[in-house]
Amino acid sequence: MISNFIPSKYDVHVDPSRCRLCQRCVENCTYDVFRKEEDRIFTFSSNCVVCHRCISFCPADAISINRRIVNYREHPFWNEESREDIYNQANTGKIILGGMGNAKKYPILFDRLVLDACQITNPSIDPLREPMETRTYLGKKPKSLKVEEKDGDISLKTRLAPNLLLETPIMIAHMSYGAVSLNTQLSFAKAASRLGTYMGSGEGGLHSSLYEYKDNIIVQVASGRFGVTPSYLNKCAAIEIKAGQGAKPGIGGHLPGEKVNEDVSKTRMIPVGTDAISPAPHHDIYSIEDLAQLVRALKEATNWEKPVFVKIAAVHNAPAIAAGIARADADGVVVDGFRGGTGAAPKVLRDNVGIPIEAAIASIDKKLREQGIRNEISLIASGGIRNSADVTKAIALGADAVYIGTAALIAMGCRVCGKCYTGLCPWGIATQRDDLVHRLDPIIGAQQVYNLINAWTHELQELMGAAGINSIESLRGNRDRLRGYMLDENLLEVLDVKTIGA
Amino acid sequence: MKIKKYPNKQDSITIDAKNKTYRELNSEIRTAADQDICHITLQNVLGQRFIADGIKKEGIYLSVFGIAGGDLGVFMDGPIIYVNGNAEHAPGNTMSGGKIIIDGDAGDCVGHSMRGGMIFVKGNAGYRVGIHMKQFKDNYPTIVIGGSAQSFLGEYMAGGIIVILNIDKPSSIGDYIGTGMHGGTIYIAGDVPDYKLGVATVKEEFIDEDRVLVEKLVDEYNAYFNKKVDFDAITFTKIKPISLRPFSNMYTTE
Repeated sequence: MISNFIPSKYDVHVDPSRCRLCQRCVENCTYDVFRKEEDRIFTFSSNCVVCHRCISFCPADAISINRRIVNYREHPFWNEESREDIYNQANTGKIILGGMGNAKKYPILFDRLVLDACQITNPSIDPLREPMETRTYLGKKPKSLKVEEKDGDISLKTRLAPNLLLETPIMIAHMSYGAVSLNTQLSFAKAASRLGTYMGSGEGGLHSSLYEYKDNIIVQVASGRFGVTPSYLNKCAAIEIKAGQGAKPGIGGHLPGEKVNEDVSKTRMIPVGTDAISPAPHHDIYSIEDLAQLVRALKEATNWEKPVFVKIAAVHNAPAIAAGIARADADGVVVDGFRGGTGAAPKVLRDNVGIPIEAAIASIDKKLREQGIRNEISLIASGGIRNSADVTKAIALGADAVYIGTAALIAMGCRVCGKCYTGLCPWGIATQRDDLVHRLDPIIGAQQVYNLINAWTHELQELMGAAGINSIESLRGNRDRLRGYMLDENLLEVLDVKTIGA
Repeated sequence: MKIKKYPNKQDSITIDAKNKTYRELNSEIRTAADQDICHITLQNVLGQRFIADGIKKEGIYLSVFGIAGGDLGVFMDGPIIYVNGNAEHAPGNTMSGGKIIIDGDAGDCVGHSMRGGMIFVKGNAGYRVGIHMKQFKDNYPTIVIGGSAQSFLGEYMAGGIIVILNIDKPSSIGDYIGTGMHGGTIYIAGDVPDYKLGVATVKEEFIDEDRVLVEKLVDEYNAYFNKKVDFDAITFTKIKPISLRPFSNMYTTE
């Protein structure tokens, strides 16, 4: 066989003049990059995934990691990546699997939208001394209210649908126990309950140590129905049916047997070591009518006391699907953009399927308004929210709230190395190995996620104040506060924003 | 094996489902269950969905007269439901425990994602029976269909047992049996041509352990529906997954 050798990507260097031979790098690296031989540390750079664990723990600052440039003959079309993928697949004959989100260099629409601020004619507001409302309610809103007056007392006659109360419009996305460690989920749960927001359980059942945070948890019902029991459905604030995921629209999930240990097996309710396979569709849902049946089955199971959301990947036809979801008795539609993260997805789907969240939010919001059903359903955006500006822009484009996934992981140390599927996460996040899971202290993890969302909420308030807005209600769908910078006419129309200068 | 014997009269209630929505009907069922009424009879059921949805309680017997609508016993854990009639789409959907006995035919997706308990259908069932059924420790879902079943039987199956008796319906079983199966066992009365098997499945020898298991289920079937299916006269085809990890060798990494 002709050797289709792929050169390693990084050079790991230990400076012998600084190295104290403490071997923390050897202990911390889960990919076997370092080995001590006599009085020096040898490195095996080809194993390196640039997770920075060694650099973070080296007391002498002796380690450096550099991109290793091995030049191929320059070609604008047959670039390094396309050639290396072919070598890989010619060697193996297999589907290429990758972690994290879309890694292609598509233009970023958020970075081509700019926000507005007040000058003179409409005073801006200082959020440090004036109230700034970020409280958000998710769920159905009545079209009209009927009140009754009796002996001077006014009471509400309209029966309100259950709503979720969020103190900030930022929630923590669904990541299943199995894909991430228990300490990761515990960190999220603690942070969510302190912040007055919610975390998603993902499709892996609910570990018993999360029960005490149930009022801040949205449980997921996905096509594998792992861990879905009557008590699971009642240990939550809301239920989310997962129909699709932005990182891999149209395909199911697959937790490899290696990650199904004793504890994961218990919450997923499957035997140890078997693959946990979630089919691509829900096999009891082949239409909007079938979806309505599952939504109502879940509501019946919970006595119509909990909101039910439906999550879809942002795909071409998302607005029409969202309008169908609104008519299927659901209380919220979660739309997951093509930048959404994942533990593992076929690279070809991750990088090529779906649309950006910005376009999905705007077009879904528009469709729901056109049909007069925007009040019937909340719109939650996820997949590709990097900072508070993205949050603000997403809300101005029409979202009620956002989910953050990758950003919340980065807050706890994730370096976006994209090797989640190995189960060797050196930061204790995407792993089930006991010694690694303990590297993440849920109290510290919770504090970091809390800090991040708290900081973003303050920045959101600053941005709102600058625009003279003192309530998140007035920001929602307020496209007049956005301008498109270097966007073409069609995109401006889809996003329903004017160009800069107009 | 009749399930119509109750400790005393006070413990039973009859609910007339006529002109009631599923929400009204279920709310009455839930109230009765909360009051520990152990036998609930539903009369005039005409397609109401979600009967006994999410009820988690042992020792409750529900007799349904009429046609049960979609998602009968969905998410249920414990009750025993006896349907004197047919059941629509997805009886026993994602059910955790209990029993559903259908004295008639059933629609598609019988026992979808079921993880415990038993379903007996006297007659035929539709497409995708037992799809993505799974087992865990003591939870071992079982489906017995007296007649035949349509295509995609036991697709994605991850555990449990499906028995198809094919009474009066020799060789009418559908195609793509057990596609993507990675756990559990399917037993089908009579021969099954190889072309009807889905990918990732294999026929195995029907051994003594299978005999003990299936004979018990056939006896139970006979008792529920007053049938006289002769277990010894049937030759079963046993279908198992090739691997518990059908997709483990499909991927290379970035």
